[in-house]
Amino acid sequence: MVQSLEKGSVRQIETSSIVYDTQKLNLWYGNHHALKNIDLQIKENEVTAIIGPSGCGKSTYIKTLNRMVELVPTVKTSGEILYRERNIFDANYGVEELRTKVGMVFQKPNPFPKSIYDNIAYGPRIHGIKNKKILDEIVEKSLRGAAIWDEVKDRLTTNAYSLSGGQQQRICIARCLAIEPDVILMDEPTSALDPISTLKVEELIQELKVDYSIIIVTHNMQQAARISDKTAFFLNGEVVEFDKTDVIFSTPEDKRTEDYISGRFG
Amino acid sequence: MRYVNHEAVVKKMNKRLMVNGIFKTIFFAATLFALLVLGVLFYRIISQGVSYLTPEFFQNFGSRVPEKAGIKAALIGSIWLMCVVAPVSIILGVGTAIYLEEYATKNKLNDFIRMNISNLAGVPSVVFGLLGLTIFVRALALGNSILAAGFTMSLLILPVIIVGAQEAIRAVPQDVREASYGMGATKWQTIINIVLPSAIPGILTGAILALSRAVGETAPLVVIGIPVIVHFLPDNLLSQFTALPMQIYDWAKRPQEAFQYVASAGILVLMGFLLIMNSIAIFIRNKFSKRY
Repeated sequence: MVQSLEKGSVRQIETSSIVYDTQKLNLWYGNHHALKNIDLQIKENEVTAIIGPSGCGKSTYIKTLNRMVELVPTVKTSGEILYRERNIFDANYGVEELRTKVGMVFQKPNPFPKSIYDNIAYGPRIHGIKNKKILDEIVEKSLRGAAIWDEVKDRLTTNAYSLSGGQQQRICIARCLAIEPDVILMDEPTSALDPISTLKVEELIQELKVDYSIIIVTHNMQQAARISDKTAFFLNGEVVEFDKTDVIFSTPEDKRTEDYISGRFG
Repeated sequence: MRYVNHEAVVKKMNKRLMVNGIFKTIFFAATLFALLVLGVLFYRIISQGVSYLTPEFFQNFGSRVPEKAGIKAALIGSIWLMCVVAPVSIILGVGTAIYLEEYATKNKLNDFIRMNISNLAGVPSVVFGLLGLTIFVRALALGNSILAAGFTMSLLILPVIIVGAQEAIRAVPQDVREASYGMGATKWQTIINIVLPSAIPGILTGAILALSRAVGETAPLVVIGIPVIVHFLPDNLLSQFTALPMQIYDWAKRPQEAFQYVASAGILVLMGFLLIMNSIAIFIRNKFSKRY
């Protein structure tokens, strides 16, 4: 992977445009070595897709980027992840601060059992915004940002659970936008959605990358090909190949990448 | 070749259906037996007690004359007792449950604590009475006051409340917690905004059922030495008092036959008290429970 970076023009990116610089990251669940020597640089305002078969560590990796993986008590890590040139594992780097800058959208839509309004206002509220007018503005802006404002603007006080699965997922994306993050992590955000909802979320991702850096885990290779600028292929906890998406899908360097994207395994 | 001989199956079918019918009857009889005993008990208590259930019964203090005996002191005493038991046991119980479920890391010590809380729920109430007598009545010199009895009853139902609250907290799906953490919320913000609102119906239902147990418990009160004939109402938490089960226990053991009827009337009052508390629990569960 490093070789491919050096050969192309990608190497010349300025450090300031790198949001995440992962260096020699290892991660264990108890005795299970889930991530092995990961080196990965993620640029801002791009969509980076992470693909690979089940159990390859792609979800683990994305959850490490905002340290959600530490909710599993047996997790141990080594190596560094520099977010905006600061190591997120530093003892004085609070997870709450990191997660305010790095939002996350989960595999299954997980709105709170509250009104649509309260779902979106949750993030700003926990970070201390109480002014009703400002909250109103954030809610509208976030719902517009997630392309769901027109569908829900007349029923902001209804419970978010009354929405369809696809709408719920876009509410979750809006909720994530409400904390005005720098990076959005998406862990298979469309795997629980029907094709039409999936299309809507994919279009949304294209719009969002203008303002945000997006890292998306997907088990759907066509999706990665459609929406991402860069693709990383994970296998057994290692990064096999990382390059521009069109390169990965047309002329992959590694035989295993080729086998995977042509559907020979996984 | 076929392994299932359909003709033989048909032949044996009657016998199989008969065995099925026999077991159904046995299980129905078991249910009926319990219901029947309960029905007889209810009938006896109501037929004996209802004639004593007059307005005077609620206005009179205890008396040596059955016709003048009333339940005022015991009823008011039980309400005072609940005013101590409810806040003490709910605050301590829910706090413990939150710590164990949300904050405590998984290690041997915490596993040991968790296991023993469940075991504590099975300790006989008379043992808690002795504990209360030693600590609250004697060591802290609270005497046989409302406060001493309230603390003892709180200890008695604490394990039940903790276990119930733990289950209610555990039932809150992990993914909404993750959503909250994922936005930079602290543990406490997640607990107060996400976990507790969802868990509160379950917590309160468990707590009220535990409180109804405290209303009906007699053994700890006997051990602490709660008096049975009280001719005044308590005016502060250190007052002496009596409670419904004590009063009923006293009436039931008296030799005069009329007092058996008075005791039945007392039981009716106690059951009414419990019925109201359980209705509140059901109301809370239906009103506030949320779907996931």
